[in-house]
Amino acid sequence: MAESAKPGLRIREGDCAVLKRDEVFKAVLVLRRRKVIFEKQWFYLDNAIGHIYGTTFEVSSGGSLQPKKKMEETTTETKEAGTDNRNIVDDGKSQKLTHDDIKALKDKGIKGQEIVQQLIENSTTFRGKTEFAQDKYIKKKKKKYEAVITIVKPSTRILSTMYYAREPGKINHLRYDTLAQMLTLGNIRAGNKMIVMETCAGLVLGAIMERMGGYGSVIQMYPGGGPVRAATSCFGFPESFFNTLYEFPLSKVDSLVSGTFSSETLPSEPEYNVPVEEESNGSLDEKQTLIQETEEESSTEAVMESNETEEQETMDLAAEDTEYKESKEKGNKENIREKQRKQQERRRKLVETAALLEEKNADGLIVASRFHPTPLLLSLLEFVAPSRPFVVYCQYKEPLLECYTKLREKGGVINLKLSETWLRNYQVLPDRSHPKLMMSGGGGYLLSGITVTVEKVQSNVSTLEAQKIEEPTSKKRKLQELDC
Amino acid sequence: MSFVEYGDTIKDGDTAIVFLGHESMFPVKVQHGSKTQTKYGVIRHSTDLIGKRYGSKVTCSKGGWVFILHPTPELWTMNLPHRTQILYSTDISLITMMLELKPGSIVCESGTGSGSLSHAIIRTVAPTGHLYTVEFHQQRAEKAKEEFQEHKVEHLVTVKNQDVCKNGFGVSNVADAVFLDIPSPWEAIGHANSALKIEGGRICSFSPCIEQVQRTCLAMEEHGFTEINTLEILLRVYNVRTISLQIPDLGKAAEDNSSTGFDSSNQSNQGSLYGILQQGTAQFKSGVPLKEMVGHTGYLTFATKSLF
Repeated sequence: MAESAKPGLRIREGDCAVLKRDEVFKAVLVLRRRKVIFEKQWFYLDNAIGHIYGTTFEVSSGGSLQPKKKMEETTTETKEAGTDNRNIVDDGKSQKLTHDDIKALKDKGIKGQEIVQQLIENSTTFRGKTEFAQDKYIKKKKKKYEAVITIVKPSTRILSTMYYAREPGKINHLRYDTLAQMLTLGNIRAGNKMIVMETCAGLVLGAIMERMGGYGSVIQMYPGGGPVRAATSCFGFPESFFNTLYEFPLSKVDSLVSGTFSSETLPSEPEYNVPVEEESNGSLDEKQTLIQETEEESSTEAVMESNETEEQETMDLAAEDTEYKESKEKGNKENIREKQRKQQERRRKLVETAALLEEKNADGLIVASRFHPTPLLLSLLEFVAPSRPFVVYCQYKEPLLECYTKLREKGGVINLKLSETWLRNYQVLPDRSHPKLMMSGGGGYLLSGITVTVEKVQSNVSTLEAQKIEEPTSKKRKLQELDC
Repeated sequence: MSFVEYGDTIKDGDTAIVFLGHESMFPVKVQHGSKTQTKYGVIRHSTDLIGKRYGSKVTCSKGGWVFILHPTPELWTMNLPHRTQILYSTDISLITMMLELKPGSIVCESGTGSGSLSHAIIRTVAPTGHLYTVEFHQQRAEKAKEEFQEHKVEHLVTVKNQDVCKNGFGVSNVADAVFLDIPSPWEAIGHANSALKIEGGRICSFSPCIEQVQRTCLAMEEHGFTEINTLEILLRVYNVRTISLQIPDLGKAAEDNSSTGFDSSNQSNQGSLYGILQQGTAQFKSGVPLKEMVGHTGYLTFATKSLF
């Protein structure tokens, strides 16, 4: 079966798991005797191994995780409470416990629950607060002192939320609901042949692969030396999913479109080895060492192998010959043969991928990158069959305006739509329901459409036709508005 | 063709989408000998459709032309016959991702309604997943069954005509996800819980009114659901237009041109910013929002069933 029949229920060593505390997520590799830092706490994941995903843990002394049983919410008996805050003065002196007192409690190993209880008892204003205010106070203290961590299985939902909160720069500020739109508008499903061009650390690729379940195929176009798939490895896909994942360098697209493609020169290896810094938008969080480790370990096979040899390789046959002679003199025959074999394998795969593209029958195109979308769309749409959807994401609206215009001129697309989504979270509590205070200011823009067969006869006519078919027939032509 | 797989050419029995232009389209059941009337003329299925490639342009009898598109759940949502208010792709997208649907997922849904979300779910869980959908209105349940058959996806879905609040989904501990779009979802939370797998799953309830949401959240808490989260998503569409704005005539200074000011000799500088179309106007491209937009569909409440 293409998609895993029984997805791993239990946490295993080597898994990429996601730590969760309230609304905060962090992806980590589950390794023994490896210190993990999350939400100002240090601990080891050893004890988590073997437990079911979704288990909640507490960090106990020494940094070990202890599973926490589902606590029965202690029903608070109707305590004393006030009616409003007219007499409550915030002088900062209402809590009788000092910093040191609390620290002493923590050092004694007192459970978070107890500390919260202590804080309540030592607050002079607590009794005067309204029930709602008391509720809010308790929630706040619990959040601070009752640190529980849940280990959850990665999924598009969790990883896209995590990346948007932690490292939006790495994913071009693609908000998770925008990603959700892309997957649906693009009709991403099992059996498709998808073309993807993304510079979102592999998150978009992973999301697409998850929705395809290992069926069909994905061709990832990449800039520079190689695709970044840091986030993709977090999904925990089975090996089989990667059998139908191909990659193709953008630098070869022009030659493919014009029919002059040759496999003689592949993009140079060195760029493969450069860590994510090159691919991101320049914002690299140094604290994300664990995610970076994941990135390095997740590099494609070719990269890992090339990492072993320190020499910089170019794919030029001529250079190969020279290297061959030199190394032979050093007596390193085996190594060279291995390198050659891998080079040949890469070349073979490249030719295979080129052939897949040249069929020009892809079922869809997804673009989400830091590059200007117009040249990408205009060239990559060549490989897409007619009557198939395509979706382009851009952090900014203006490039998509231009893209829209150029696509109109080119023809061969209908139902063009430029949109964005607004997302709003709500607090839902009895008598206290309302939208939350803060909401996301922006999650990027999408341009979507459907391909149609291109009339090769008269390009002038098709532009006019395109205009006729798309623009609303405006009875009055106002001076101020010109349809593009 | 199929709603869960692409086909290249139009075949007898297919459901195809006729695209007339500018968001004007309708579905058509392709049949030998049939004719379809459009404002551009007649389309004869046997000669104009069957055997043609999806995405082709078809010229109608009066000379105008249309495009024939391969059906997708999204196109179906925009064109299906409404028996109830439906969910549109914006909400559907978020639901699909937040419920973590993918090939192989088992999903329970109620009410089926007009089948808009149902088609999207079926597309996502194919080829190895399944949708159990419950509809308490007999005719709607029948119509849904018919459509699933016509669209060749009946092997992926089971339609039950019953009241989910009283009798549940008809399955136990098999679902990865449950979706509720019914008047009183809090009455079905218990049944949703038993339909979900023991090891856990996701649930979503869609309600237009906040009062419904409040009751549902309470019920979810009582049944031990965690990660309860309510949100709403709205779609904002932009029209791409080239706009020309007139540059106001602020007159001329009385005497010399050396005075700094907005006079005609400066206009060329001004114009280079935008590209003057003709003297006195500045042109630019803009993404113009529509006059009206959908401001509310419903609140989406998600939660997780977990062993902990």
